[in-house]
Amino acid sequence: MSQEVIRISTPISDQERMSLRVGDIVLISGIIYTGRDAAHKLMVQALNNGEKLPFELNHQAIYYVGPTPAKPGQIIGSCGPTSSYRMDPYSPLLMANGLKVMIGKGPRSKAFQAQLVKNQAVYLDVTGGIGALLSKRVLKMEVIAYPWLESEAVHKLQVVDFPAIVAYDTCGNDIFNQ
Amino acid sequence: MRTIPKEKLISELERIIIEAATVLDDEVVSCLRFGREQETSKLAIHILDEIIDNQQIARTENIPLCQDTGVAVFFVEIGNNLYFDYDLTEAINQAVRNGYIKGYLRKSVVQHPLDRKNTLDNTPAIIHYLPVIGDQLRIRFAPKGGGSENMSKLTMLTPADGRQGIIDFVVETVRNAGGKACPPIILGVGIGGNFEKSALLAKAALFRKLSDEATNPIDRELEKELYKVINETNVGPMGLTGKTTCLAVKVNSYPCHIASLPVAVNIQCHAARHKEVIL
Repeated sequence: MSQEVIRISTPISDQERMSLRVGDIVLISGIIYTGRDAAHKLMVQALNNGEKLPFELNHQAIYYVGPTPAKPGQIIGSCGPTSSYRMDPYSPLLMANGLKVMIGKGPRSKAFQAQLVKNQAVYLDVTGGIGALLSKRVLKMEVIAYPWLESEAVHKLQVVDFPAIVAYDTCGNDIFNQ
Repeated sequence: MRTIPKEKLISELERIIIEAATVLDDEVVSCLRFGREQETSKLAIHILDEIIDNQQIARTENIPLCQDTGVAVFFVEIGNNLYFDYDLTEAINQAVRNGYIKGYLRKSVVQHPLDRKNTLDNTPAIIHYLPVIGDQLRIRFAPKGGGSENMSKLTMLTPADGRQGIIDFVVETVRNAGGKACPPIILGVGIGGNFEKSALLAKAALFRKLSDEATNPIDRELEKELYKVINETNVGPMGLTGKTTCLAVKVNSYPCHIASLPVAVNIQCHAARHKEVIL
């Protein structure tokens, strides 16, 4: 990897987040929460019912992943990103409640992008199909909500040097349409 | 007549199911390395390096290459001199159950497309049976991920659309898929037959070795041209532009109705996992 890599920490500060630009290669260290289709549906239902979420969203990061089960002695199994566009219907409400970083793979809808800029959030793209490599960057994992969803449950991950590329920044730039 | 003991069949299938998840074929790795050498953009090189590093870690540390360990797809060739005193489909599903649980692979199958309750053991598998002459059982297995499968497409062209119509449809499918299909991809293209036959031809095309070429000269030329034009689309690794959009294109064809030109495009992501066993 080149020297052009930017190290960021999560939860992310406003200054750090707003300085990110499309095409930047970043290495994330800190806490990220996992969630994909089923967990997003439950989180949005909870917010709509005025219930509390399993974790505080403010300034946090969500990573779209459903890992393979950890083998005995492993922290986590293979844990690459899933396609982000399926979360587009749910993300705006989460951003309205403070979510600032979304991590997944591939392009997302125009409606999502507009909400992202409005909320000054960022979207990071992780290379798909590199779950073995990514599993080595996870130091700690615990299930914090919806355990019955198995792989799709919400996990709290502590990561170090977790690689991603800035895909949508706070200025409205889009890496997939340059 | 000979048979294959059920226990033997199940244990061999369990083995290839677990191996396929962690070991990428050398020929796929070679194609990835070749792509890496062609690239000049920073992001394309970065992504291909990640993919190549990942398969090495997966191989040496026995970790699945991708968390999407797929739906289990099998092509089963049954020699006419074989007999089974047990239910072959049930035995294959037992192997899937064992392999996905013992191998710590992700269970990605829901019982009904709308109730979406996970079956928790990755069954049922999708199995295609082909009767052949002989006394062997050849089973080819691929764990097929959802990301690239979701970007696959089928269309019924007219005979007038012809060869260019096929090329345009395949390229449009690749462009629409963009990064969602996890490029560099491998394309299985089925032309002819009818509606369902074209889809099966496309899937079967993905089971061919990367190094082989279609036997029919029309299909062979189409493979070469599609490979070239797809790599000129600049979709690139993970859709972030570059020269490596596809690693290979495989075209399988079949006779069809005078009024029809069915075309199916089945997309395989770069984690192109395959294993086979002959019993």
